[in-house]
Amino acid sequence: MHVHFLDPYQDRPSLLHRLDARVKLLAALAFILTTSLTPPGIWAVYLLLLAGVVAAELLSDIPLGYYQKRALLALPFILAALPLPFTVSGTPLWTVSLGAWSLTASQEGVVRLLSIAFKSWISLQAAVVLVSTTAFPDLLMALRALRLPRLLVAIIGLMWRYLFVMVDEALRLMRARTARSGESAQAGLRPGGSVLWRARVAGGMAGSLFLRSIERSDRIYMAMLARGYDGEVRSSSTPRVPGREWLILTLFLFLLGALLALSLLLRAS
Amino acid sequence: MSQPSVEIVDLHYAYPDGHSALSAVHLHLHPGEKVALVGPNGAGKSTLLLHLNGILSHQTGELRICGLDVNAKNLGRVRALVGLVFQSPDDQLFSPTVFDDVAFGPIYQGLKPAQVDERVHAALSQVHMEEYARRVSHHLSVGEKKRIALATVLAMQPEVLALDEPSAGLDPRARRTLIHLLSEMPQTMLVATHDLPMVRELFTRTVVMDQGRVVADGPTAQILRDAALLEAHGLEMP
Amino acid sequence: MLFAPTPMHIPDGFLSTLVAVILWVLAVPVIAVSLRRVNRDLGEREVPVMGVLAAAIFAGQMLNFTVTGGTSGHLIGGALATIVLGPWAAVLVMTCVVAVQALIFQDGGLLALGANLFNMAIIAPFVAYAVYRLIQRVANGRSWTLFVGGFAAAWASVFVASLATALQLAASGTSPANVAVPAMAGIHALIGIGEGLITTGALALIFAARRDLLQRDAAPSTRSNTPVWVGGGLLALALVILSPLASAHPDGLEWVAEQKGFIDTAQGSLYNVIPDYVFPGISNEAAATILAGIVGALIVLGAAVALTASRRKQAKA
Repeated sequence: MHVHFLDPYQDRPSLLHRLDARVKLLAALAFILTTSLTPPGIWAVYLLLLAGVVAAELLSDIPLGYYQKRALLALPFILAALPLPFTVSGTPLWTVSLGAWSLTASQEGVVRLLSIAFKSWISLQAAVVLVSTTAFPDLLMALRALRLPRLLVAIIGLMWRYLFVMVDEALRLMRARTARSGESAQAGLRPGGSVLWRARVAGGMAGSLFLRSIERSDRIYMAMLARGYDGEVRSSSTPRVPGREWLILTLFLFLLGALLALSLLLRAS
Repeated sequence: MSQPSVEIVDLHYAYPDGHSALSAVHLHLHPGEKVALVGPNGAGKSTLLLHLNGILSHQTGELRICGLDVNAKNLGRVRALVGLVFQSPDDQLFSPTVFDDVAFGPIYQGLKPAQVDERVHAALSQVHMEEYARRVSHHLSVGEKKRIALATVLAMQPEVLALDEPSAGLDPRARRTLIHLLSEMPQTMLVATHDLPMVRELFTRTVVMDQGRVVADGPTAQILRDAALLEAHGLEMP
Repeated sequence: MLFAPTPMHIPDGFLSTLVAVILWVLAVPVIAVSLRRVNRDLGEREVPVMGVLAAAIFAGQMLNFTVTGGTSGHLIGGALATIVLGPWAAVLVMTCVVAVQALIFQDGGLLALGANLFNMAIIAPFVAYAVYRLIQRVANGRSWTLFVGGFAAAWASVFVASLATALQLAASGTSPANVAVPAMAGIHALIGIGEGLITTGALALIFAARRDLLQRDAAPSTRSNTPVWVGGGLLALALVILSPLASAHPDGLEWVAEQKGFIDTAQGSLYNVIPDYVFPGISNEAAATILAGIVGALIVLGAAVALTASRRKQAKA
């Protein structure tokens, strides 16, 4: 069983795929920051930001449905913000009565809740666009260009390399457990064991995975030494970002700045 | 005649990405029959074994174990009837001691501690490793781990043993021990392997798979003599 | 689903920018120190060991067990990493795990990554270490302390990290403290039990198979870990005391949320620069601005569609 399907990168020949990873990373981060800075309830600006990210999705040549499916990931977290309409004070909208209890929703609270949901939704899409159009090695290069310590980048790179191996191993462990999770023909037996025992078995699996990983890392280290590794992480020089792409980034940042200014104006008015 | 231990009729299976892994597989195994499953890597041997106890579920066709349909309702029973031993024993041994590993199946079935004890000792004695109960699985040799992995399914008292590459990675002595062990087992057996000398020694019937299909099924002696057949499916005459 | 979002990975949009930035500022130096400390201890082995173990924790988080019916528990791993590898290496390993989850799998936001790192890669290992050392010291190193200490460390790491998460949400004005704190604390008090059980199960296996790995604490270098367990202990204490206070006075944090200083300042100054600006024909009506937004959005989308269409035509030609 192979888990390459985990890698969100989708190889396509689109405009967005060809854009330099550094440009895309900076653009995505700036987009998310702008979204975060936009005050609650500035719907016009939210719509423009949404249009921006959907435009990027269209340019990436990947079906919109794919993005929406991945963007649902943060949905459960909305639970955390659900009480807002009833706790933020402001213009009352409606009242729910549950026997002796009554809760009044305020307009300000509803606006804040919807704003959080909307911002979360578009930020997530921006992140999905980034990883779906940028191969992992390019993303690592972009992180290095952002002055992430070399050592950390090297560790994350190695982690990525073995991620699929480890996930495969975890899945095989679970499969082997499932294979022996049988029921006896003997009547009156409840299969499954106790919760404590099940947790201990899962712990054993985690421990065995961890232990084998420690031993594997020793072998990897020796294999690296055998090829002349001396602890120094060297990286090949990275190509320059073409001037045209700098221009695109500058333009994009300028637009985001303008949107931010617009949102602040709209809020003040 | 008694009902077959394994009954597969026109089985098809495709991976979620649409890639077809098994097509039109027919296979009947009679109780106590020992059958070798050979073929190149990627032929679908492991995929077929995973179907036997419902880890993967077939899209079309019929699959019965000892007369029981393999479906969501019977899954628990089927898993107890089919002992599936994986290629890498490390996947199967995830408890601190050998005892805990072998006891997994019986405990899961809900047996009483005394019965669990009894099952574990019986299973370990079948693989001639009774004195290993208190040992740490992690410290054993590959050959020992493979035998313990076999014991982990014997403890469930299965009717059918489905083994994936039992002799792979073993030194000659460990391999010899394993072959002896398998010849002693009374269960119906379906063994996926590349080890054709072992096939000749142990199995009276051989099934050849390639590209998800059964391409030959007959007496081992006849199949291993057919140089053209073996060569066409990436195998070498032993 | 393989990557069910855990209630602790905060997505973007749920933290105010100020809270997110402050937590970045708090998290970065600790990670920098851990990078240097691990490099001193492991030297050239740092990259392979940390990389592979980060992958293992990531994969280990998939290992689940049925609690009852449809619910299941799974490993988080901060305490396990701390006990086996030591606190600094655990910070580094968890940093990689949390960062890759956010960056590649969108489990947790990018701007919120600072907060998630702070909660899961710093608080969790620090608290786990403090609790584990405390119990070891009290019990004077008897072997059962590995399991009791492991369970308590795992439970505390999850529980305290969830308190921090709740307070951050409350300080962002996203979730009222009197709801967020009891809800998060309640859920994670239970999740923590699962974490504790899995962690002790894992420790039992490692103890049986490779006892040598768990005796690292006898090494002399642990003296320099004092700041970790003092820090972890103080963090835990502060959060445990602060949370019920915040929960009892939700308006306190609400007040912090309202004072999201620099946005209001920025907004004020911008407004002063163009005091009499009037949008032509919009006249400040909410409906009109939204309409304008829709028009703008359609233009942007139209341009994108046109651009892709023309490229497709080019590709065909």
